Amino acid sequence: MRELRTEILVVGAGPAGIAAAVSAERAGARALLVDMQAEPGGQIWRGQWNKATDPAARQWLGALRASPVETRYGLRLIDLPAPGLAVFDGDSGPLRVRCERLVIAGGARERLLPFPGWTLPGVFGAGGLQVLAKNGWPVAGQRIVIAGSGPLLLAAAATLRGLGAKIVRIAEQTGWRDLAGFGAGLLRHPRKLAQAAGLARRLAGVRYRGNTWVAHADGDDRVRSVTLASGSHREQIHCDALAVGFGLLPNTDIARALGCELRDGAVWVDGHQHTSVAGVYCAGEGTGIGGVDQALAQGEIAGCAAAGRAELAGAALARRRQSDRFAANLRRHFVLRDELRRLAEPDTVLCRCENVRYGAAATCTGTREARLQLRLGMGHCQGRICGAATEFLFGWNAATPRPPLAPASLACFTATSSSENPPQDPT
Amino acid sequence: MPPELCVRVDGVEIQVPAECSVAAALRSAGFSSTRHSLDGTPRAACCGMGVCFECRVRIDGVERLGCLVRVREGMEISRDA
Repeated sequence: MRELRTEILVVGAGPAGIAAAVSAERAGARALLVDMQAEPGGQIWRGQWNKATDPAARQWLGALRASPVETRYGLRLIDLPAPGLAVFDGDSGPLRVRCERLVIAGGARERLLPFPGWTLPGVFGAGGLQVLAKNGWPVAGQRIVIAGSGPLLLAAAATLRGLGAKIVRIAEQTGWRDLAGFGAGLLRHPRKLAQAAGLARRLAGVRYRGNTWVAHADGDDRVRSVTLASGSHREQIHCDALAVGFGLLPNTDIARALGCELRDGAVWVDGHQHTSVAGVYCAGEGTGIGGVDQALAQGEIAGCAAAGRAELAGAALARRRQSDRFAANLRRHFVLRDELRRLAEPDTVLCRCENVRYGAAATCTGTREARLQLRLGMGHCQGRICGAATEFLFGWNAATPRPPLAPASLACFTATSSSENPPQDPT
Repeated sequence: MPPELCVRVDGVEIQVPAECSVAAALRSAGFSSTRHSLDGTPRAACCGMGVCFECRVRIDGVERLGCLVRVREGMEISRDA
């Protein structure tokens, strides 16, 4: 079993993790950065490792290349069996890491909600199709409908259109009043406003509708059409792909597995990005959805603090305050409407892994009963998708994550179980 | 023409774009699904970021997520994961 030792282990190589690892090294500490993807950049900077067309991506990926930060890619965190010990698994087999402090930079995932037809091939998350397309998923010439909620719909639409897709509709469930309120709030964020203007330019001519949401998708071996709802009005649109995302959710599984306190569904941190567990920091979307600027600022602060040099993060503190205001504006104006709780029909699949249907789940009183009786949330994704859905639909609390945090090889289990008395490696 | 490489999907040799994920390569080659659900309905990539596990395939005998793995020359991919 391979083993590495480091001072600061950073899990997640998106903007927050890169900023944390680079800042920790600049502050004089040794850092190891690990990510499950094949290269750094997280979701937002996918494909930027080679292209680097985004200025912030160019700056930080360049800083990472130039820094002595040790990196390992294609490895997924499986277990944290003891303080200062982490077990990963992936391409190159399991890896055990011993560290003094941990920075969690696990990012966010999309909230996907069940509606009839959402399991058809060709139905994606909105950010989901965007990142797939960034890694070569063919969209040129395709008719694509984008639906759900939040500014990510626009970013996804712009990316897909730039790759040659025909965006036939963007359906935003939030009403015009809130969209106007969100827009007005952007006036305090010149950078975001410039981004919004850029998106508007790239999406000129695309039909954007507020107060509109997906009712159902239809198809055979893949999606062929979507029906959108707005009040009592229904409209069917033929499409080759449907991208539906209901905003982003902080990934909190690693923090919860460690016993870190949460607040409002996000990891609680103090002014130094330190969680409620000693030696464990969290930066980026895990602490609440705030976008790339928030992630970079929090990453810098966490890296410096974890290196014992919090005072070096001075300039990032002001940027973090600015992005906190943006995050609050986002939360206030993109609240999901009640109609979305009534999209699924009794035979609509709710848990995609175990094929548990909405009607069966609705007879249960909570996550535990649904797990025991129906295996809801007990398949490959371990409830990462349906857990967020049942929280929204039924108000259920998600189950506390237990190792393995993701499907792992048997070799990895041997590594985990022998962690207290590591065997001597004969080689 | 963008560069291509050769992989085997369910035992059949095919050309796919060189610069993409396994999930994207399969779609480019005309496969609309990566697996079948417990009741036999087709499923394909959904979340795009390693969360939903719908794009899982067997690559050189090991179950992997098509959205997270880059396609490589000579890969054996099977859609029975």
